[in-house]
Amino acid sequence: MKVPGTKRFSTKLGGLLFVLPSIIAVAVFVYGMILWTLNISLSNRTSGYVEKVEYIGLKNYTDLVVDERFTHALSNLVKFTVTFMLATLLAGFIMSLLLEKGIKGEGFFRSFYLYPMAISFIAMGTAFRWLFFNEKGEDAAGLNLLLRSVGLGFLQNDWILSENGAMYSMAIPAIWQMSGYVMALFLAGFRGIPDEMREAARVDGATEFQIYRQILFPQLTPTILTIFIILGHVSMKMFDLIVGINGKSYGTQVVAVYMWEATFDAGNQAKGTAISVFILVMVALVVVPYLRHVNKQEAYR
Amino acid sequence: MRKGSIRLIAAASVIALAITGCSSSSDEAANTDTEFEIFTWWASGGEAAGLGALVDLYKAQNPETEFINASVAGGAGVNAKAVLESRMAAGDAPDSFQAHAGLEVIASYAAQGKLEDLTALYQSEGWDKSFPADLIKQTTLDGKIYSVPVNIHRANVLWWNPATAAKAGITKAPETLDEMFADLEKFKKAGVKTPMVLAGGEGSWAMAHLLDYVLVASMGPEKFEGLFSGSTSWTGPEVAEALKVYQRLLSYGDKGKNSFGWGEAGAAITKGTGGFFIMGDWASAQWQNEGAVLGTDYTFAPGPGTVGIYQWLSDTFTLPVGAKNRNAALAWLKLSGSKEGQDAFNPLKGSIAARTDSDLSLYDDYLKSAAADWAKDRLVGSTAHGVTADNKFMASMNAAVGKYISGGAKDNAGLAKDLAAAQAAVVK
Repeated sequence: MKVPGTKRFSTKLGGLLFVLPSIIAVAVFVYGMILWTLNISLSNRTSGYVEKVEYIGLKNYTDLVVDERFTHALSNLVKFTVTFMLATLLAGFIMSLLLEKGIKGEGFFRSFYLYPMAISFIAMGTAFRWLFFNEKGEDAAGLNLLLRSVGLGFLQNDWILSENGAMYSMAIPAIWQMSGYVMALFLAGFRGIPDEMREAARVDGATEFQIYRQILFPQLTPTILTIFIILGHVSMKMFDLIVGINGKSYGTQVVAVYMWEATFDAGNQAKGTAISVFILVMVALVVVPYLRHVNKQEAYR
Repeated sequence: MRKGSIRLIAAASVIALAITGCSSSSDEAANTDTEFEIFTWWASGGEAAGLGALVDLYKAQNPETEFINASVAGGAGVNAKAVLESRMAAGDAPDSFQAHAGLEVIASYAAQGKLEDLTALYQSEGWDKSFPADLIKQTTLDGKIYSVPVNIHRANVLWWNPATAAKAGITKAPETLDEMFADLEKFKKAGVKTPMVLAGGEGSWAMAHLLDYVLVASMGPEKFEGLFSGSTSWTGPEVAEALKVYQRLLSYGDKGKNSFGWGEAGAAITKGTGGFFIMGDWASAQWQNEGAVLGTDYTFAPGPGTVGIYQWLSDTFTLPVGAKNRNAALAWLKLSGSKEGQDAFNPLKGSIAARTDSDLSLYDDYLKSAAADWAKDRLVGSTAHGVTADNKFMASMNAAVGKYISGGAKDNAGLAKDLAAAQAAVVK
């Protein structure tokens, strides 16, 4: 006797079984660990001495708000993120404008600008640690030497060790690395706009500037949103670049570095996990609405 | 189709099992350990050379055991301790690791149940007679001894280059803080680039090390010890006075605004571009390892204001609970505590032996003088190296000093406040 739907059912079941291992792995190692982290962040495990582990509610989180070290790290992160995102967006946009018309050797320039992406943050951090050498004048090295030898000696400064500009300096290598990628995204955005639109505008007598301003730029809005999301979450989790350049030094400490110090150097697991959860929520606030937006769009197709 | 889905179930469940099932580590109780893993932060220079000498002895005595040297670079263990912490949290303790005698061993590890009691080993090896009783006390909690000291380092040493000093008209070592400042002026007048050599990198520990010395020099050993017992206040006048001295010292350098580790910074002494440098005596071993000669390229004296005071620290080895190769670790500890082991390790490491019966003819002139001082000086523990402070306090102190420096070395009151808060957070 033939049972209708058997085939369909077993195929579905087979499919489920295929993805089951990865579902289990993700459930355990991603979501399970997030829950475990959350669990510790609500407890009083502030050091290895604690004998009786108890839940103390949100105290670890409210402590963070008044923790001067944490607010310092957070303000550093904000400075870094704003500088990094705006400058990368601008640099990538200008590069894509230059390449957008299909100039000669576009392929070469595209890979040329994209290559910094291939370098890991930690390797780049090590190199920039030397480039940011803060000796000036006769003993200058790295960027200061470069500025000096091209006659811009007055621009020499302390870079990552300067009192107010440390985080802005710290953004330089990140901008250098990611702007090529942003350029590639913009290029893809430009290429996605059909040529007919430009032609139609030209026929209607629009100037080149008007074409960009009125026709092309408005259509890049989704691209810009994507770029913001990508750069934003890279920036908020920033750890390796900072540690590579300046170690755990106070002046350039960001949230993730402070989390590391709190958890492993000071052995305060409760505080460390609370900071981790904070980073997770911060990133989720940016990424989740975006993913929902993208999923909705895909559902329409 | 049915057959197919059964196969799928089987395959999927095998994979799932492989992913989720924890493989239990094999229990090797036999006395033939084939591996031994030691965890230190001695990765280069004289430190690595000293460890290497000890390792060679160990390999000769235990040819069957494969030696695994897990070292994580970074002075004072600034990076290593975090790695160790995460490995222990994951139940993957090395077979033995390096820890400073004092609160670091007692509070950060022993009190948290991370170490095995070694009292029996002390008895069987007769170590209670070969190590100074006061030193053993620094690795003892509730009558149980938890680690084996291999050396004694001195933290409060002043280093300079005799040729540079002669150029500046400095003929003898400064003995007080005032004399030191007078000499720093002379260095400055003679055009020495950095009269006071500072190492601001590596998470600021070397700057905390300097502060540690200044505290002793400025307030004396009793008041200094009171900072940790509670009888001296971190926000009181003694600390305020010491911080003024510290601030003044920093003004003779670049205020610590550099990314140098102590090795990079200290090279200014042997190269003759720096005046004074306060650093532990591992600097001597490092410089000799780089080819510098004691007496010609650099020389030493007790830190000004701490003549007759020996600010000490001691590297010890431990037996963590859950060490996979316990017997191999015990063999390592026996060697580390032996006269033979200590006299092989220490001349290269640039420290004196923790044992009282070491053969001084093997040691250089600096170490001979350190050994003489160790026997007669007033002993006071190092904060930056874990005698008077646990890991938590050290992390807070490094951060507080880093904050002070990144703010331009101006906010003395803020530094005192941060240090007081760090002390308040220490659980007794």
